[in-house]
Amino acid sequence: MTTLATAEVAESKAVHGFWTRSSKAGIAYVVLGLVAAWLGTRVDDGADAVFKIFWTGSDIEVKLPAAATVFVLAALCVLAGATLISPAGRNLFGWGTGVALVGFTLAFVCFSIAKPGVFLPVTATMQGALFLALPLILGALCGVLCERSGVINVAIEGQFLVGAFTGALIGTLTASAWAGLIAGALAGCLIGLFLAVLAIRYLVDQVVLGVVLNLLALGLTGFLYERIMQQAAEKYNAPPKLGEWTIPLLSKIPVIGPALFDQNIFTYFAIALVVIVYVALFHTPFGLRTRAVGEHPAAADSVGVRVNWVRFRNVLMGGLIAGVGGAFFTIGSAIAFNKNMTVGKGFIALAVLIVGRWNPIGALLGALLFGFTDQLQIFLSSMPGGSPIPSQFLSMLPYIVTIFAVAGLVGKVRAPAADGVPYVKS
Amino acid sequence: MSVLVTGTRYGGYLPVLHRRRTAHGRGFPLRLELRGITKKFGALVANDHIDLIVEPGEIHALLGENGAGKSTLMNVLYGLLTPDEGEILIDDVPRTFGSPRDALRAGIGMVHQHFMLVPVFTVAENIMLGREKTTGLAFLDRRAARREVRELSERYGLDVNPDAVVEDIPVGVQQRVEIIKALTSDCDLLILDEPTAVLTPGEIEDLLEVMRTLRDDGKSIVFITHKLKEVKAIADKITVVRRGTIVGTAAPSASEDELAAMMVGREVSLTVDKDPAVPGEEVLSISGLTVTDERGQHAVDGLDLELRAGEILGIAGVQGNGQTELAEAIMALRPAVTGTIRVNGVDISNSKTSKVIESGVGYVPEDRSADGLVKSFSIAENLVLNQYNRAPFGNSLTINPDVIAKTADERVEEYDVRTLSSRAPVGSLSGGNQQKVIVAREMSRKLNLLVAAQPTRGVDVGSIEFIHKRIIAERDTGTGVLLISSELDEVLALSDRVAVMYRGKILATVGPDTPREKIGRLMAGVTEDSETSPSEEPGA
Repeated sequence: MTTLATAEVAESKAVHGFWTRSSKAGIAYVVLGLVAAWLGTRVDDGADAVFKIFWTGSDIEVKLPAAATVFVLAALCVLAGATLISPAGRNLFGWGTGVALVGFTLAFVCFSIAKPGVFLPVTATMQGALFLALPLILGALCGVLCERSGVINVAIEGQFLVGAFTGALIGTLTASAWAGLIAGALAGCLIGLFLAVLAIRYLVDQVVLGVVLNLLALGLTGFLYERIMQQAAEKYNAPPKLGEWTIPLLSKIPVIGPALFDQNIFTYFAIALVVIVYVALFHTPFGLRTRAVGEHPAAADSVGVRVNWVRFRNVLMGGLIAGVGGAFFTIGSAIAFNKNMTVGKGFIALAVLIVGRWNPIGALLGALLFGFTDQLQIFLSSMPGGSPIPSQFLSMLPYIVTIFAVAGLVGKVRAPAADGVPYVKS
Repeated sequence: MSVLVTGTRYGGYLPVLHRRRTAHGRGFPLRLELRGITKKFGALVANDHIDLIVEPGEIHALLGENGAGKSTLMNVLYGLLTPDEGEILIDDVPRTFGSPRDALRAGIGMVHQHFMLVPVFTVAENIMLGREKTTGLAFLDRRAARREVRELSERYGLDVNPDAVVEDIPVGVQQRVEIIKALTSDCDLLILDEPTAVLTPGEIEDLLEVMRTLRDDGKSIVFITHKLKEVKAIADKITVVRRGTIVGTAAPSASEDELAAMMVGREVSLTVDKDPAVPGEEVLSISGLTVTDERGQHAVDGLDLELRAGEILGIAGVQGNGQTELAEAIMALRPAVTGTIRVNGVDISNSKTSKVIESGVGYVPEDRSADGLVKSFSIAENLVLNQYNRAPFGNSLTINPDVIAKTADERVEEYDVRTLSSRAPVGSLSGGNQQKVIVAREMSRKLNLLVAAQPTRGVDVGSIEFIHKRIIAERDTGTGVLLISSELDEVLALSDRVAVMYRGKILATVGPDTPREKIGRLMAGVTEDSETSPSEEPGA
C-alpha cells in the first residue's frame, strides 16, 4: 500500500460520512452556480457583453451574447461543484475550486456589463490589477523574509505608512523620485530595526509589538503630516513620480503586453524581487539558513548558523522591501501623502502572505487575486450607468475574497515551525 | 605532521582549503583533555571540576544517570555552553569554544539526544546546512551534497537516501543522518549523546557496528549513556559521572553490578522482586481501536487489547508506533475514530476525560512537564489536580487549602518526594521527584486501571526503583496496570504479559521471559510468518 493510499483512507475515515471538505465546497459551488444562473435570467434579452482586448497595436472588441454566456458559465460552476461532491472527484479539489470560482466571477462580470454602451477593457483591467497588487507583492515579500526566519511581522502596515510619508517628503525636497524611493526603503527598514531589536533581543511578543509599531507609525506620520506637510503642501508634499518604462516589442504582445511591459518602474522591481527572493530562498545558502532558522533554530545553531543574526538581517531586509512598497503609494503615481493613506493594505499583504503559503510565487498570485478584485470593484462602481449592486458592497469585494481565500482555498497550511518563537540559548 | 596539525586545527581560513582537499577528516585521531570543567546553573552545580581524557581512537563511555551532568559537560565541550571554570585541551593545546562553530572547526562533532535536524528538509539539505557548497553562481550545490551522503553511507555502512525528507524517515535512520552530518564536518572526535534511547534492539546492534567502524577508521568517540549493557559491549574505557563529579573509571570487564553501584553511589538491585500475578476480572478491553495523529495518519490502527485486574500488561515498542495516541485515546484526550474502549465493561471511548478519571483510571503521562504537572503550581496543588473539586479537598465552588496542605505533607512523606516544603513550586524539583509527585497523585486514590506511560523516563535510578515498587504494589491491590515504555528492560522487568506494538497494532502478546532477540524482532515488525519478507515499507 502506498503512502498516498493510506493518507486517503485516513482522511475518508477520519471525517465521518458525507461531510468531507470536498463535498462541503462542492455544495457551495453548486449554490454559486445556481446564483449565477439566476443572474443570467436577469440579463436583458439580446444584450451583449463586450470586452475590449489589446491586439497587435490597438484594441479589438469581442462581443458575446450575455445571457447565454452567463448560463454556460453557471453550468460550469454547477458541474465543478457536482464533481467535488461525487466520490470520484475528491482529489480534484484544486481544479474544481479554480473552475468554479473563475466561472462565477466571469458570469458575474458578464451580467454586470450586459448593458448598451458598456464594455470591459480587459487589458487595462489586467494592467490596473497588477498596479494595485504591487504594494501587496512587496509587503508579502517582506513577510516571507521575516516569517521564514521565524519572526512574525504584523508591522507591514506601519512600514508602508512611513515608507509612503518619507518617500513623499524626501522625494519632494530633493525633487527626485529615486531619492524618495531610497528614503522610503530606509524608513521601512527603521521600523524593521525596532521590530528586530525588541523581538529578537528583548523577546517582546511579536504580534503585540507589531500592532504597537503600526500605531506608532500611524500617529507619527499623521502628526508630521499635520505639522509639516499641511502647512506648505507644495514645498513638502508634492512628490515626483517614478517613471514608466515601456519595453519595446514585448509591450506589443497581444492581450498581456501592455499589462506587463508598459508599466511603472515599481512593477519591474517587484516582479524581479519575487524571482530573486524565490531563488534565494530555495536555491542558495542564504535561503537554506533562513528556512532552517525558521523551522528549527536549535538545529541551525548546532551547525554554527548564527540564528539571531540571520533573523536580524532578514527583518531589516524585509523592512527595506516594505518601505519601497510604502513609497509606491506616493511616488508611484505622484500622489500627495495623506493621513492613513495605506488603509490597511499592509494587513492585506499579511493575508496574501498566508494565502501564498509563505512562498514568493504564491504571494505574487495572491496579490494578483486581490489586485484583480480591487480593480474590478473600481471598474464596476464607476462604470457608466452604474452597477446594479450598491457600491458599498462592491468595495467590500476584495476583502471578502481575501477572507474566503484565506479560510477556504488555502485549507490547512503550515507556517514555519518556529514562527514567532524567540530563540534563547539554553 | 605536527605542523600540519597546527595549521589545520588552529589556523583561520587555511583549514577550509585543506578540508576541501581531504574529504572527511584528516584520518588521524585527536586527543581530548578536559581539565577542571565547572558549570553552575544558579545554585545547582551541574559539573564540578571534571577532568577527563579521551585518548586518540578510543570509544570512551561516559556513564551516569539522567541528571548526572553528562549532557552539560558535552554541551560545554561542543561550545553550546560556556564553562565557569576549567580548560579544554585538544592535542595538548588549550582551546575555548564560544559556539558550536568553534568546536566543529576544532574537529569535534556531536549527535544530540534530541536530533538537530530540520524536519521539513531533505537529508541532503540537512547535511549542507551550515557548510553549504555552491556552484559558480552562488546556488546551492545539491548534487555535491547528495554525492557526499552516498559516499559516507557506503563507507560506513549507513543506509541513507539523500533525497528523503527527514520527517518521513524512521528515527534510526534520522540518527544515521546525524552521524553523517557530524562526519561531513570533518570531525575526528564524535560525541554521541544517549544515542540508543530511541532505537530498537536491532538498530542498537547496527549502531554499535557503525561505531566500531568509525573507531577503526581513526575517530575518537565519546559515548554518553546510562545503559550498562551497551557500555560493556562497546567501550574501550568507562568514566562514571555522578552528581556532576567524576566518581571513577572502569574497564569494560567490570560487572554490571559494579558499574551500577558506581553510577548510583550505593548497591542497587537491578531486578524487580515481585510475586506472580493473580489476574482477576477484565478491567480494560479495547477492540478495533483506531486513532489518528496530528497529520491524520492512523497512529493506532484497529488495535485489540485486554487487561485484567491485578496484572501488569507491558506495551513494548519503539517510540512513535502509536503508544502515545493509545494512552491519550484511553484517557479521552484524543478522539477514537473507530472501536470501543471498555473500562469495567463500560464503553468510555470519546467520553470526557473527567468521566474517565471518575471511573477509576489513573494516568501517568509520558511528558510530565507538558501534560502531568503545572510547573508554577506548588507540590500541594499539583497533588490534587485530579480531585480538587471533590471532598475533602473542595467542592464545585471552593477549595479547602488546609486539607490540601495537610494531605500534601503526608503524600510527600509517603512517596519520598525530596523537597523542603510541599508549598514549593513543582518546577523546582528534580525530574525524579516531579515524577514521584505525579505517581503520588495518581496512586493515592482507589484505581481500577492505571495507565503508566514512560513512568521512569528521565528519572534517577533511586526514583526508578521506588516507582517500580509502587507500580507492583498497585498491581497487588488489584489494579490493572497498562505499562507503556520504550525501555525494553523496564517492560520485561515489570510486566506479567508483554504486548509488542508496531505501527499501531499489537503484533503479539508474549510472556516476560521471552528472549529479548525475539521481542526485538517483533519491535521491528518482523513476525514469525513474515520472517522471509520483511515488513512493508511505506511510500512504495
